[in-house]
Amino acid sequence: MVNGKASDMNLDQFKPKTIYVTYIAATPDKVWQALTTADITKQFFFGRRIEIELQPGGAFRFWQPDGKLDVEGKVVVCDPPRKLAVTWRVMWIEEMRKLPECLVTYQIDDLGKVVRLTMTEAHQIELDEKMLEGGRRGWPVILNNLKTLLETGSPLPAFDFMGEAKPALDEMKEAARKFTEDA
Amino acid sequence: MNTAPKFVYRTLIATTPKKLWAALTDPEFTTQYWGGTRLESDWTEGSRIVFRWQGKIVHDDKILKSEPPRLLSYTFKPLHMEELLAEPASRVTFEIEEFTGKSKRQGAVVKLTVTHEDFPAESKIFPMISQGWPDILSSLKTLLETGHAIEFEW
Repeated sequence: MVNGKASDMNLDQFKPKTIYVTYIAATPDKVWQALTTADITKQFFFGRRIEIELQPGGAFRFWQPDGKLDVEGKVVVCDPPRKLAVTWRVMWIEEMRKLPECLVTYQIDDLGKVVRLTMTEAHQIELDEKMLEGGRRGWPVILNNLKTLLETGSPLPAFDFMGEAKPALDEMKEAARKFTEDA
Repeated sequence: MNTAPKFVYRTLIATTPKKLWAALTDPEFTTQYWGGTRLESDWTEGSRIVFRWQGKIVHDDKILKSEPPRLLSYTFKPLHMEELLAEPASRVTFEIEEFTGKSKRQGAVVKLTVTHEDFPAESKIFPMISQGWPDILSSLKTLLETGHAIEFEW
């Protein structure tokens, strides 16, 4: 079965905490392909290559350019080219590894000459707002890069995002460390 | 618990702060990406800002802050829908930051942060602007990067 969702997962336990909507002048197929193809994700997703088995329960990972494991999870919903949901555990930040995984959903709506892409990051636990800040800064960079890549053929000029986001990332790590200690 | 809603949207655009400022303040330009809306003002603090759509004034607001090309803030009160007239004006702020590219061949990226706040707790306008800003700002980005705004069909 390629379509549908994994039956062993109760999605209601995940509450949306960060939603980002962007409109892209492209077809749903192009957006789907970009989100699920390693040679394309590396161009817009901070250099990360996706590895994904496109069926419910399938393995999902992001790999950093140097081969380090970035994110790990499982495919929950796979309905090409409309909806993809994956569980998501941040592996590249040590402090984040022990947190319960979150759920990332891409919804692709065909509006004729344009696609509406909605990314939802949902969590199964109450988190300090600081722990959401990495995603709230990172997703706009990733999805704006994707939009520019699909509309112009090249991604945005690279800039020092990590430098810009460092104070927020440091606060996020500290909050994650506290959360793990308290648990 | 603070229940007053606040909307924040960040977008990154391959442009310069000056071009982005012009895109936010030139009525001919706003018409192209803002659903046909002309924004008219002299863009100085305390001045009027008027939104004109199909010849009608649909907003008559006030500039709160204007520091070209970095910061712009104005009051926000739609006048074209009867059911929204009772709601007090909210406030929208545009912050423009520039990041220079990592390599020499590349140009700059500008981050635009739009913050829309000062809504009452049960605002009817808040859900509308939450849908509206991603649409307007996606089209603005496309227009600045490709020369053509997005053609929405609805």
